[in-house]
Amino acid sequence: MNRPQQQFDDLIAADERIEPRDWMPEGYRRTLIRQMAQHAHSEIIGMQPEANWITRAPSLRRKAILIAKVQDEAGHGLYLYAAAETLGVRREDLLDALHTGRQRYSSIFNYPTLTWADVGAIGWLVDGAAIVNQVPICRSSYGPYARAMVRICKEESFHQRQGFELLHTLAHGTPEQHAMAQDAVDRWWWPSLMMFGPPDAESTHGEQSMAWKIKRHSNDELRQRFVDMTVPQASALGLSLPDPSLRFEAGHWVYGEIDWDEFAQVLAGNGPCNRQRLEHRRAAHDDGAWVREAADAYAAKHEAAA
Amino acid sequence: MLWEVFVRPRRGLSHTHAGSLHAADAELALRNARDLYTRRSEGVSIWVVPSSEITASSPDDKGEFFDPAADKVYRHPTFYEVPEGVEHL
Amino acid sequence: MNAQYVLGLGDDCLISSHRLAEWSGRAPGLEEDVALANIALDQLGQARMLLQHAGSLLGQTEDELAYLRGEREFRNVQLAELPNGDFGHTIARLLCFSSYQVALYSGLAAGPDPALAAIAGKAVKEVRYHRDYASQWTRRLGDGTAESHRRMAAGLAAVWPYTYELFEDRHAEPVPGLTRAGWLSDVGAVLTAATLEVPADDGWHPTGGRDGLHTEALGYLLAEMQHLHRAHPGATW
Repeated sequence: MNRPQQQFDDLIAADERIEPRDWMPEGYRRTLIRQMAQHAHSEIIGMQPEANWITRAPSLRRKAILIAKVQDEAGHGLYLYAAAETLGVRREDLLDALHTGRQRYSSIFNYPTLTWADVGAIGWLVDGAAIVNQVPICRSSYGPYARAMVRICKEESFHQRQGFELLHTLAHGTPEQHAMAQDAVDRWWWPSLMMFGPPDAESTHGEQSMAWKIKRHSNDELRQRFVDMTVPQASALGLSLPDPSLRFEAGHWVYGEIDWDEFAQVLAGNGPCNRQRLEHRRAAHDDGAWVREAADAYAAKHEAAA
Repeated sequence: MLWEVFVRPRRGLSHTHAGSLHAADAELALRNARDLYTRRSEGVSIWVVPSSEITASSPDDKGEFFDPAADKVYRHPTFYEVPEGVEHL
Repeated sequence: MNAQYVLGLGDDCLISSHRLAEWSGRAPGLEEDVALANIALDQLGQARMLLQHAGSLLGQTEDELAYLRGEREFRNVQLAELPNGDFGHTIARLLCFSSYQVALYSGLAAGPDPALAAIAGKAVKEVRYHRDYASQWTRRLGDGTAESHRRMAAGLAAVWPYTYELFEDRHAEPVPGLTRAGWLSDVGAVLTAATLEVPADDGWHPTGGRDGLHTEALGYLLAEMQHLHRAHPGATW
């Protein structure tokens, strides 16, 4: 084995971090870029379903919280693009890959936010699932990714809590509000479980990512952790989960069959909002082109003058 | 253009690397850094530096650059023995 | 202090914040998305303090004031409610509005109403930053490309007639330091640096916001903002 490969393996084995200028296997680099880009894309596409309710938030307090939360998502996308850029790719190219469909984002954001309670369900379930996914990435073997995740997890701690509080208020409000909350949970529960990806037996990238310590736990392991965490919270909310086969066995909550056909359909671009989300993103990018060009032109002019 | 952002968390501490961002020029970079990296009151002062202006040591230099410092333990105060009971030293 | 006056200042912030927040997820870049949200949050914070203050005089909560008044009861200047248009329009509106707010809050911070002075004292630091942000972008758009210059000038021309209303003070004592001449010299300096002309006064000075007379755009904004709250009378959120 050659020397740099040996050094890389030693660092991974010793649980040390790999840093941008270190030698790394091409596959490691590619996997990281793909994962960080997909993660960044998810943050910025994920702004849309929630921003959808900013202008209709039913109290000024809720409105402030929601603006701050959607803003955090832009920030998190930005941290992650920056982490990916340490591997020599450019944000423009990653955005282009998103806009042309060559790179993906989390399928969960292809579901619509139909009522105000969906904002709560996203905070509680979607952010809850994201946190379970993300906390282990704070120990990812790639330093910039791990550091970005530490920052993101710290900032995100309020996201799940505000969602829970929002739903709790609805669930303990008027009968109409309670029904709104229940309906949202019914619609978001299964897609949230799908967020952890296909079952381990069918996961294509899992094993190598685990060996490289980019990923620390398997999809099914994390999914189970999320279910175990969430079921008791549902009873605290006074809401039910739409799974009649849910039962407690040997220290874990056993859940029913996930509809993987639905997952495959949404992944293939046939979810309720896939086209709309991408179209929105492309339009924002294209509409902003003249602004970005102006800033560059101004900088060039004034640098020349200086 | 890519910028590296350094934030001084509070008076008395050094600027530390917070992350990076995009901006067409330094003035915008500074404002973006303020909005992005200090929106939870994380700082009292910000530096922005074009990423391309940073000269970094190479990981391959590790041997020559950093190992020679490792055996100079006399640079650290714990190297010296002090009789028991002597204070303020 | 006159409750209706405070209400007007609160409505300015509430409506302007609402417009800026409409940019969430649509800004020209991620950095601008974060920046515009920050300004929207500052303005919303100011709106809440002002509406709470007005509400304490009127016996109403901030949410009752924000969600249960109709178009004719809103007291904001029309400038605040103008639709976003493109980024150039939004920056032009923000430059005009924040420059006004800097002078306004500076005057109120030294004014006789202690509650209002405290709010203004905190807010003046925020709006100085908003003005700085808007000035930076006015310079880049004005002195960037031919297209950005054209768009920035168009945005400025569109909002300019609405800036005259900012300096009518039929509802309160004049605020020291708040004059159109002072404002014009501030904004004019930014425009000059941005290679932009100060728009000519063509004599059209739309007004009436402080009396509840608005553009047609406000009705749609309120319909969207208030419908959920109004659909569930008495509910807690």
